[in-house]
Amino acid sequence: MRAAARLVRVLGLPVALVLAWWAVTAGEDNFYFPPPTTVATTFVDVWVSGRLLDDVLPSVGRLLAGLALALAAGVGLGLLIGLSPRVRAVFEPALEFLRAIPPPVLVPVMLLVAGVGDRMKILVILSGCLWPILLNTVEGARSVDEVLGDTCRCYGIQGAARIRHLVLRAASPQIMTGIRQALSIGIILMVISEMFAASSGLGFAILQFQRGFQIPEMWSGMVVLSLIGVTLSVIFRQVERRVLAWHQGPRKRERAEGVRDA
Amino acid sequence: MRERQAGDPVTRTVYGATGLLVLFLLLEAAPRLGLVPERYLPPASRILRALWTEASGAGFWRAVADTVRTGATGLAIAFCAAVALGMIIGSVPLLRAMTNSTVEVLRPIPSVALIPLVVLQFGTDIRSTVVLVVYACFWQVLIQVLYGAVDVDPVAHDTARSYGLGTWARLRHVTWPTALPYVITGLRLAATVALIVSITGELLIGSPGLGREIAVAQSSGAVPAMYGLVVATGMIGVLVNVGVRGLERRVLAWHPAVRAEIPA
Repeated sequence: MRAAARLVRVLGLPVALVLAWWAVTAGEDNFYFPPPTTVATTFVDVWVSGRLLDDVLPSVGRLLAGLALALAAGVGLGLLIGLSPRVRAVFEPALEFLRAIPPPVLVPVMLLVAGVGDRMKILVILSGCLWPILLNTVEGARSVDEVLGDTCRCYGIQGAARIRHLVLRAASPQIMTGIRQALSIGIILMVISEMFAASSGLGFAILQFQRGFQIPEMWSGMVVLSLIGVTLSVIFRQVERRVLAWHQGPRKRERAEGVRDA
Repeated sequence: MRERQAGDPVTRTVYGATGLLVLFLLLEAAPRLGLVPERYLPPASRILRALWTEASGAGFWRAVADTVRTGATGLAIAFCAAVALGMIIGSVPLLRAMTNSTVEVLRPIPSVALIPLVVLQFGTDIRSTVVLVVYACFWQVLIQVLYGAVDVDPVAHDTARSYGLGTWARLRHVTWPTALPYVITGLRLAATVALIVSITGELLIGSPGLGREIAVAQSSGAVPAMYGLVVATGMIGVLVNVGVRGLERRVLAWHPAVRAEIPA
């Protein structure tokens, strides 16, 4: 009985929304808003056969490549800057400015520098995802607990061991926050770099459908994009839970004690 | 928490200025020494001169005004809607349980997914971009308001009830002050997102604003002007950040976390 109630809670509103969409669009013949049944059949026709491999996989591959590079560069530079107050004071204003540039304007810039191709798109994603990871690593590295830092010094833990066991550990919640921000910016950049200039990829395909007034196909492309967004966020949450298991345990206990369970 | 800082404010300003100067010199020297082709990256002085030329024309300021208007309109609509809905959903446990899955599914949908739809509805009108901004900002604020509304101290809540405060008064005097720091965090995140999405919309859809000017400069080969406009967007970004942080300090001046920042 409890499981049934849970199911209603989780699925009730989404099902109601899709039914409402269907009820509103099924009767009349609205060109721009096809009923969900049409979108679903188009989805299978267009994406499951072929396009998924040709358009979606390369897009996601570029996103992951850019994100991985941004992670390596961001954490590396972030540790370098975050560990020394003096270095931080030198770089802070310059970083404030670079971070404030909205990443999408880099699409035309990179188009100029790297031409149309995989390299340009990966560069755009890298340069957009770098800042949230870098700045959060700096924040994390500088807020290492002083007592822990002194303890490490007393026990003679230095160099790589200190960075690995103390600094990276202490900074990991912040770094994960940075990656989450980078992920959502990365998806945006993946799509718009393909919409701005490309001959393949998910963004290009969606724009192509829109320009050709293939409305159900366009909607199905939007569904694919949404699915990628949701899937990546689910995967990320699993990874975060594992990486931060040591951190979330105590926090959850604190919450359970402090806040009434609702 | 006490933080390690490098010296007094004056020393830090000197350090920071050195950093900016080094960045400038690097961008000046790289093209001049031929490390990067000049047609890809003009020297920093040429970029700033191009920005100056742009800034003396009326078209530039109209574009800036359009971008700011797009972002601000979208942000305002999203903020009001998200705060109202978030307070209602957040303070009713049943509603929160019912909407949780829907919020979690809709939130990660990238705003750019809506581009084709808004283009068909509104064309290159400013409304296209405003819709994107509203969608992107709404979730940022809503999530924070929901966190905040759940965070209410049970003792404060029960005390308010014992003293006979009604639903509305409890919302006003207990839930709202608890949620306010979260609301402001949401606003800060959403303000950055608003600028990013406004520029994105202008770049791709061609609605009026700085993003469109950048796209035009790029396709017409006006490289220094394009970089100049990119620098201009960065400056607007800095202003937005500084403005929101100032607002945060004013609105939350009573909050312990902010009070602790001011040295006694």
